[in-house]
Amino acid sequence: MIEQSVVHKYLRKNKKFPHIWCPGCGHGVIMGSLLRAIDKMGVDRNNVAVISGIGCSSRTPTYLDFNTLHTTHGRALAFATGVKLARPDMLVIVVMGDGDAVGIGGNHFIHAARRNMDLKVVVYNNNIYGMTGGQASPTTPSGKKATTARYGNIERSFDICDLARSTGANYVARATSYHVKQLENYIYKSFNKKGFTVVEAVTHCPTTYGRLNSLKEPVAGMEFQKNNFIMKNLWDKLSDEEKQVKFPMGEFVDVDKEGFVTKYLNLIESVRQGD
Amino acid sequence: MGKKISFYEKWCKGCGICAAFCPKKCITMDENTNKPVWNEDECIQCGFCELRCPDFAIVVKKKGEK
Ligand SMILES: Cc1ncc(C[n+]2csc(CCOP(=O)(O)OP(=O)(O)O)c2C)c(N)n1
Ligand code: SF4
Ligand code: SF4
Ligand code: SF4
Repeated sequence: MIEQSVVHKYLRKNKKFPHIWCPGCGHGVIMGSLLRAIDKMGVDRNNVAVISGIGCSSRTPTYLDFNTLHTTHGRALAFATGVKLARPDMLVIVVMGDGDAVGIGGNHFIHAARRNMDLKVVVYNNNIYGMTGGQASPTTPSGKKATTARYGNIERSFDICDLARSTGANYVARATSYHVKQLENYIYKSFNKKGFTVVEAVTHCPTTYGRLNSLKEPVAGMEFQKNNFIMKNLWDKLSDEEKQVKFPMGEFVDVDKEGFVTKYLNLIESVRQGD
Repeated sequence: MGKKISFYEKWCKGCGICAAFCPKKCITMDENTNKPVWNEDECIQCGFCELRCPDFAIVVKKKGEK
């Protein structure tokens, strides 16, 4: 082993590396940012849970030495809700792909947000179903190709941050696998907030989305992010035409509405005292 | 390994991200092995190659660290 970095400290010793993700896949970059953010919290690893659904992105917890759960497709938030209510003191992080989070798991997503459930969500958004070979997901942009949209996607797509904002999350931010420092910073900030938080980590998938959309090389995918994702305050000033081809990143919501767990613990306390 | 960078070659998948985004352009991809090679004299230890490596194959020493 080389000199250890913060990341290496949290990898499971019994796992084979390199990991299974394709060469240059952005998921590894996001996992690195996630681990650095967890490390910055300075909490005991036994007080951290990382929970996922199914997909390439959802392989994350299988590599990590925390309390981990690799659940079923789209259902990570349901399992995580159970964990959080059983162990309210725990930092409960939920890792999902875009398909997992807002496709099959969309209903869990909106209701976890509505409840303001104290879960720290990181969505690895590669705009496609990576693991199963590149079917269009709810975030595949209109006009972009997928194996189920050979001529270009005719659907409109979800903006994960807008969805999280409109359903009631306390903190919503977006960065990309190129913008690693911002990504780490937003994830860290979300960990320090109560209630439901969502960090959308836009990531490049060279193998499926990239191959179908002229971004086959990992570097090309990251170049795209570098050139087209701009801070929200600058994006707001763009013309309507420019807004079609550039994407905003940064913090979209940062409020402190009472989270579910606070209300739940208060309720328990008041019922006890009423006895 | 070098003074500034330690590189775990077995974990590297040769994606080229480290080389492409090094602000000092001091990483080149070896044509034969498809693995990165550092010109450490030029390296400013900004850490970006470590942060963006999807395979955790790079550790950049902090400035001043031996
Ligand atoms: C109930 C169920 N339906 C379908 C699948 C097949 N399946 C596995 S992963 C996946 C899509 C994953 O896409 P996403 O969540 O975007 O993650 P990515 O692989 O892109 O990281 C699907 C449809 C499944 N495992 N379970
Ligand atoms: S298919 Fe895409 S998301 Fe899945 S590991 Fe490969 S590059 Fe990453
Ligand atoms: S970024 Fe990492 S995996 Fe990619 S070429 Fe550089 S060292 Fe290898
Ligand atoms: S630390 Fe910075 S300057 Fe040095 S090789 Fe890595 S990216 Fe280049």
